[in-house]
Amino acid sequence: MRPEDLLLPTPAGVCCRRAGFHIDPTRPVDKAIITHGHSDHARAGHGAVLATRETLDIMRLRYGENFAGSTQAVRYGETVTLGDTRVTLHPAGHVLGSAQVRVECGGFRAVASGDYKDVADPTCAPFELVRCDLFITEATFGLPVFRHARPEEETAKLLRSVELFPERAHLVGAYSLGKAQRLIALLRAGGYDKTIYLHGAMEKITRYYETRGIALGPLELVRGAKKSELAGTVTICPPSAIKDLWTRRFPDPVSCFASGWMRVRARARQGGVELPLVISDHADWDGLTATVRATGASEIWVTHGQEDALVHWSTQAGLHARPLDIVGYGDEDETDGVSDAAPNAGPLLLAAKPGLSPPRRGKENKRRNNGEA
Amino acid sequence: MNRFAALLDRLTYEHGRNNKLRLMTDYFRHTPDPERGHALAALTGALSFPHAKGGLVRALIAERSDPVLFGLSYDYVGDLSETVALMWPADPSQKPNAVPSLSEVVETLSTLGKAQLPGQLARWLDALDETGRWALLKLVTGALRIGVSARLAKTAAAQLGGKDVTEIELVWAGLSPPYSELFAWLEGRAELPAGRDIAPFRPAMLAHAIEISDMKKLEAKDFVAEWKWDGIRVQAAAGTGVRGERVARLYSRTGEDISRSFPDLTQALRFDGAIDGELLIVREGRVQSFNVLQQRLNRKAVNARLLAEFPAHLRAYDLLFENGEDLRGMSFAGRRARLERLVASLNDPRVDISPLVPFTTWEDLAAARGDPASAGAGGDADAVEGVMIKRRDSAYLPGRPRGPWWKWKRDPFTVDAVLMYAQRGHGKRSSYYSDYTFGVWTTGADGEELMPIGKAYFGFTDEELLKIDRFVRRNTIERFGPVREVAHDGETGLVLEIAFEGLQRSTRHKSGLAMRFPRISRLRWDKPPREADRLETLQNILRSIEKGRSAPLASGGKEAGTRTRRG
Repeated sequence: MRPEDLLLPTPAGVCCRRAGFHIDPTRPVDKAIITHGHSDHARAGHGAVLATRETLDIMRLRYGENFAGSTQAVRYGETVTLGDTRVTLHPAGHVLGSAQVRVECGGFRAVASGDYKDVADPTCAPFELVRCDLFITEATFGLPVFRHARPEEETAKLLRSVELFPERAHLVGAYSLGKAQRLIALLRAGGYDKTIYLHGAMEKITRYYETRGIALGPLELVRGAKKSELAGTVTICPPSAIKDLWTRRFPDPVSCFASGWMRVRARARQGGVELPLVISDHADWDGLTATVRATGASEIWVTHGQEDALVHWSTQAGLHARPLDIVGYGDEDETDGVSDAAPNAGPLLLAAKPGLSPPRRGKENKRRNNGEA
Repeated sequence: MNRFAALLDRLTYEHGRNNKLRLMTDYFRHTPDPERGHALAALTGALSFPHAKGGLVRALIAERSDPVLFGLSYDYVGDLSETVALMWPADPSQKPNAVPSLSEVVETLSTLGKAQLPGQLARWLDALDETGRWALLKLVTGALRIGVSARLAKTAAAQLGGKDVTEIELVWAGLSPPYSELFAWLEGRAELPAGRDIAPFRPAMLAHAIEISDMKKLEAKDFVAEWKWDGIRVQAAAGTGVRGERVARLYSRTGEDISRSFPDLTQALRFDGAIDGELLIVREGRVQSFNVLQQRLNRKAVNARLLAEFPAHLRAYDLLFENGEDLRGMSFAGRRARLERLVASLNDPRVDISPLVPFTTWEDLAAARGDPASAGAGGDADAVEGVMIKRRDSAYLPGRPRGPWWKWKRDPFTVDAVLMYAQRGHGKRSSYYSDYTFGVWTTGADGEELMPIGKAYFGFTDEELLKIDRFVRRNTIERFGPVREVAHDGETGLVLEIAFEGLQRSTRHKSGLAMRFPRISRLRWDKPPREADRLETLQNILRSIEKGRSAPLASGGKEAGTRTRRG
């Protein structure tokens, strides 16, 4: 079997013609398998959606009860037969509920990674390596300059700064699904047991994490707090909020941003970040190349990110590799504007509830490398 | 090295002066000798490594990386040292046990030959993490650029012991890295190092701007006046060591040692003492405008042509020390008499004395300020930017005491311009649109259009900032990252009165003009944008400056087309 006989890249995402489903489609389709809840992968408006229970819950929280015609929750490792293919989901280590999709037919095995990371994260199941013939990988940080720091060192940097500037408030920009909760868990592991304040946009998903048994310690919405109370505290907010009018409620705020992009100084400076924290929920260059090699796959498709470098590396390593150029991934969520942006919502978003953070479809091409969780 | 790297890393992102001080002081407090001393040397620019150049770094990475991957990475990151620091392929099995300390790096480099440098650098890069490699490469290639002046680094050290930085300045030249005796004194473990500098910087005395209301309360007879020169305030300090060696230094008014850029002037400082004065360019006995001085300041390399074309000159106006005697407690009149004698005895064409401006009443002085050319400044009037008013009995006091010295600057030029773009500020202003690009009208291919002529980010009150910020948010027509384009047509838009000190021709600006020291002097909410000024108005001002601005100023002209200064 040729790889294309099982899975086919289309403008709407990777498609399995013989079984009639798409993986993380960027347009409405009849049947979709969703790898995780970030809004560039999980969109509302599909017919049937198959995903982990957590991913379905998160989509429901973000888009409302009627985000899809029907849903099917699948456990990690559980086999679902679709047409003549057998589909299983495996932990991707990216955020709570994130999965890689393994599709097998006639002995040929394909794995679509979704977004993944191969390092420990106390808030989600660890990445599972799945051997395959075709590996469809992301490449958000697909350049050798991206080697993420040890996350506990980054949070130690933050705590040291809080100690040094007790009269200032530390605002940490973090994506509301995954990064925010991981950051809180890391701070707790680092011995920080004071109240952590949350921007309103963080509340729903964070509370959901807690209902799934992830302990995050004392949390409070910043909305009710007085300016003077916020001296010496840590507040987690969407990345766009660190430059927003909203920051005026804080005493002399230090703007921090937890993201793999913070590895590059120009990126951090562009965003006006004063304390960059290199914490990422994606595999870094070493993680991507090690995973590609370890899957044993001889065919590598690269969906989004810095695909040129990873394709070049794979080719040098004797693998057959190609970029997929699917437009619409990598815009995770909240890469812009809570109050600052004028979201240019596409048709898919009409199904979404107001007040949620829609991906900025109008600027996808320009912004393809900007989003990260 | 890791602690030092973390400090540099944090400093590059920090905008606030006090926060920078806090970070450095904290580092000095928690880092032992000699490590912190080498850090102080690096921060004050006292280190240099002649062999390490960008080409060497490029060669190192070329041996260790795929050229395609390096190309893609360099493209993305945009900075060579940073790219190399990030993509350096550290092989964990090769990793040396110990991370090098800053001291080890500095001490090794001071003795290492050029041929051994690449190998040594590679071993260190293997041992360090991303931030450590970045700091190492910035350090050895001499491009720290972290927005910290030598003075600020010394101030941070001084704060460690709750001392005043001037105490450090007095002994600084007698100290050398790693400054262990300095830190011992700061921590109260020893006396201040004795080896006193023979030509130290003394903090300068600064003046307050005077208002007409202030003058009404002051007696003209208690004061003398000098021209306020449009150059650079400097302190020329010179002395003779115990073995007869000569030291001559030129300091900026904040204490930065700028001697290296002015060898032509330092060789003329044949005295023991400290003169307060103005650095000027004088050609054929005539003081040149600040525009000319700036052309010399902008050059990095000091070569014979530059020295011949832009001869540096010291116009002296005060004497702080002479032959070991501290004159700062004397009256101005007493110091002035000593200064006149000293300058006369020097008899050097590069050093002269700033003349007094004769006056009996404040009205006399106002007239002189309005027309320096006929009040004694003559051909030097182009370089006069107002008058200084000093009490005859004033001692020389460091800082900016209120009362003894006043400055009365000439009125700035003003022009009404229209706000076109606004950018968010930094630090405390990061949520405010506080940096403004403004333009004036000109006739373009499609009719009347606004041409950007400058940028300003101060001159307004906090209250005005809130109002402009609100205006920007409500009238945004386009966004470019942190920049917003604001509505600006004949009817809608905000007119800003811009005050500025001068104009220069510029090929880097579309308007062909560059403003000196522009700031916002008034918000003209009342004025419709179509009534803002035109580019021709600025061109006329430029022409009048180039002709020598004394003539049009004397007539106080505000006739059509030659709008000059706000009176």
